[in-house]
Amino acid sequence: MSVGAPRGLASSGQKLITEILHPLSAAEEPLSPGQDVTISAEKDKEPGLTNGTPVEISSPASASVLLSRLQLDCEPEADAHDAFGSGEPRDLFVTVNDPKKHVSTMETYITYRVSTKTTRIEFDLPEYSVRRRYQDFDWLRIKLEDSQPTHLVPPLPEKFVMKGVVDRFSEEFVDTRMKALDKFLKRVADHPVLSFNPHLNAFLTAKDLNKRQGLALLTKVGESVKNVAGGYKLRARPAEFSAMGEYLDTFSQKLGTIDRISQRILREQSEYLTELREYGAVYSTWAASEEQLQRPLEGVAGCVTTSCGALEDLSDNMSQDFLPVLREYVLYIESMKSVLRKRDQVQAEYEGRLEAAVLRKQEDRTPIPVEVEKCQDKVECFNADLKADWERWQRNKRQDFKQLLTGMADKNINYYEKSQAAWESLIPLLQEKQTEDKTSETN
Amino acid sequence: MRIASSADSSDNSRSQMIMADSGSSDEVAVICNTDITSTESENNIINTMVERGTALLKKMEISVAEADKRTGKNTVNMQETYTVYLIETRPAESVSEGGTPVAPDTLWRRYSEFELLRTYLLVTYPYIIVPPLPEKRAEFVWHKLSADNLDPDFVERRRVGLENFLLRLASHPVLSNDSIFFLFLTEEKGWREAVLETGFQDKADSRLKSLSAMFRVKNPDKRFTALKHYSEDLSTVISQLLRIRARVADRLYGVYKVHGNYGRVFSEWSAIEKEMGDGLQSAGHHMDTYAASIDDILEEEEHYADQLKEYLFYTEAVRSVCRKHELIQYELEMAAQDLSYKKQQKEELETGTVRIFSLKGMTSKLFGQETQEQRESKVAALEQSIQEGEEALKEKNAESQEFVEKAWNDIERFKEQKEKDLREALISYAIMQISMCKKGIQVWSNAKECFNKM
Repeated sequence: MSVGAPRGLASSGQKLITEILHPLSAAEEPLSPGQDVTISAEKDKEPGLTNGTPVEISSPASASVLLSRLQLDCEPEADAHDAFGSGEPRDLFVTVNDPKKHVSTMETYITYRVSTKTTRIEFDLPEYSVRRRYQDFDWLRIKLEDSQPTHLVPPLPEKFVMKGVVDRFSEEFVDTRMKALDKFLKRVADHPVLSFNPHLNAFLTAKDLNKRQGLALLTKVGESVKNVAGGYKLRARPAEFSAMGEYLDTFSQKLGTIDRISQRILREQSEYLTELREYGAVYSTWAASEEQLQRPLEGVAGCVTTSCGALEDLSDNMSQDFLPVLREYVLYIESMKSVLRKRDQVQAEYEGRLEAAVLRKQEDRTPIPVEVEKCQDKVECFNADLKADWERWQRNKRQDFKQLLTGMADKNINYYEKSQAAWESLIPLLQEKQTEDKTSETN
Repeated sequence: MRIASSADSSDNSRSQMIMADSGSSDEVAVICNTDITSTESENNIINTMVERGTALLKKMEISVAEADKRTGKNTVNMQETYTVYLIETRPAESVSEGGTPVAPDTLWRRYSEFELLRTYLLVTYPYIIVPPLPEKRAEFVWHKLSADNLDPDFVERRRVGLENFLLRLASHPVLSNDSIFFLFLTEEKGWREAVLETGFQDKADSRLKSLSAMFRVKNPDKRFTALKHYSEDLSTVISQLLRIRARVADRLYGVYKVHGNYGRVFSEWSAIEKEMGDGLQSAGHHMDTYAASIDDILEEEEHYADQLKEYLFYTEAVRSVCRKHELIQYELEMAAQDLSYKKQQKEELETGTVRIFSLKGMTSKLFGQETQEQRESKVAALEQSIQEGEEALKEKNAESQEFVEKAWNDIERFKEQKEKDLREALISYAIMQISMCKKGIQVWSNAKECFNKM
């Protein structure tokens, strides 16, 4: 694990901003257009580019790209444990577990233990253990979104649950929520930019999270993106971002369909289970009036009961593990879409200002103001960040769904295996000849 | 069956069982591996029947090979379509010189003729539990199953049921020797007349007597009472089982079919994916396979339902034997009662005491006694009547004893058959369940592989 300067880069890592050349810094570094070929291609206004660098050079304007490059240079072995497959070694490990109920006069709520292990110098200690409640996670998420608007922040599980419909303190609900919170935190911790956010640091380490004190550490980009003027209309969204938008729409739709199908299956399974239980009971009733057939019939009743239990496990699993993850991805998609919208706004503003500036230049030769260039930088930064996040998101999505679906297959296989075992063990019982004397029925 | 053990061995119900290989432990083919299919298991039942080695079965092979549709005029002169079944008989172990099997003798029968045969047997052998016919109309159907009598699946299952019926008859130690049954198998034309000529309808107990629950038997054989109760219980429980099984089948069908929707959505989803696309697409195909597999699974389960149904219908035959016993017992008690009444009457007349109220007695008291001759002729008539009554009672007693003996013989045979058959049915059901599980594991494993490649 390498620790050092190259970590926080470009549009993130506030502390190290002075150390690294920032595209928006006053130093007139030649602006690299980044990997974004389409943007420059669609910019038919030449003043937009302060340099004429050919666009084939992929410059490391994006944090993660430079990071991985450096990693590649310094550490030839990629971290095999990085499940997110981005090649970055992990030096920040977080876990959410141990839910506890707290009862006070005002309210009842659940807290979770958040454990941290890290070697990062940004943290004073190598280990931390704090307790946090959902509100605290929500706070963190809002802070992250505010301070890193160009990045995709992972979603949280649903905030509101209908009282009376869902038991907020039931084991299943708490467990499902905890797993989602754990996932959220892990995703943040694995993000090369978000993981260095001071709010995260506070969240992980502070004994008492003082949420009212807004940590006023916004990046310049964050600040400027926040203050994007509305009312600009986007002219030409680059095709790749349109494609992202379309993909997200379709993907969201498909996930919704899968959700509905799964729910339907659960319903059908539940009804099947009800009938199956009654079915097994009749075999027991029958067994009571038989002699030689009593044990075989009881055996059949037993197998049916075992199958019922196995089916119940399968259904529970689907509703507790499968469906929540599916729904969380829908939320994730919504987050991504909102980042895309923000990007559109930033680009729209730039285009608007540029157009106005060009017109003025034509009228009275006023040079293009610096603000316009700054807008362009904003756009390019945003695009770069977004693309990096998109790549990471796609990778994670692939992993997550692979895991989710193989898990679903496994659970089904499990169910059938249990049932098969029960029936197979019954066969010898059914085949054995009863040696009971038929005439002795004096009961 | 829990039957109170009979202390009175006077009516020795335990005659020697007419079974070719009774008591041996390898009567039923022992199934060691569970790869045996349920059709093989069913064959075991048929083999068991054949092994009983009745004279008839030693002589010929019987099968109901085909079904066909006919149209004709029915009893009210209306056109109707009905199904006929082809009965094939072939001399047992017949191989011609060329080594090819001999062509079978064939004839066509419709369901109503089977019914006629059975009615004849019921009347002619009231002490025998006559094997039942497969159901006339489809019952206990789950929604996908057709309730239409002309539906090919129903016709096929009925064909199997009819063949089973004939084999049961042919393997029965008593019924297999019946000549009308033999003619049923061999004479297409003129069989109906032959049956009617036996005049069996006259022997049929009047509906009133045999179905009426009004007559009270004072001393029925306890074993028959217990048997009657058992068969009522069995009938109830099997009906319940069949009803719920149909509902279970419906639900299971739903579960499997909805999975087919996964197939479609995975396919649509795969269209927008790059690396994940192939894996998703193939997994979707496996989901389609899974959804389609339920049809065969449930079709096979109908076999099991048919086996249960046979025994459900058997309970009716058991109950009718019990009722016949009650009827005979009732007649016996009536005859005994009648006799003792007459004896008492005679005694009164002889001694002059009137113990039994009678109109004659009253009028004679009021209007004077009878003359000596009148009394003597009455006594003589009574004596005659008493003698006839005693004869009748003796006959009835003999009839009853014979009935009980023969019936109980057949009941024991039936008990053993039932235990064996139902055990086989349960085994074949278990095998079906195992097969269903294996298929499920296969499909999901295939899908998992595809997911892994995503």
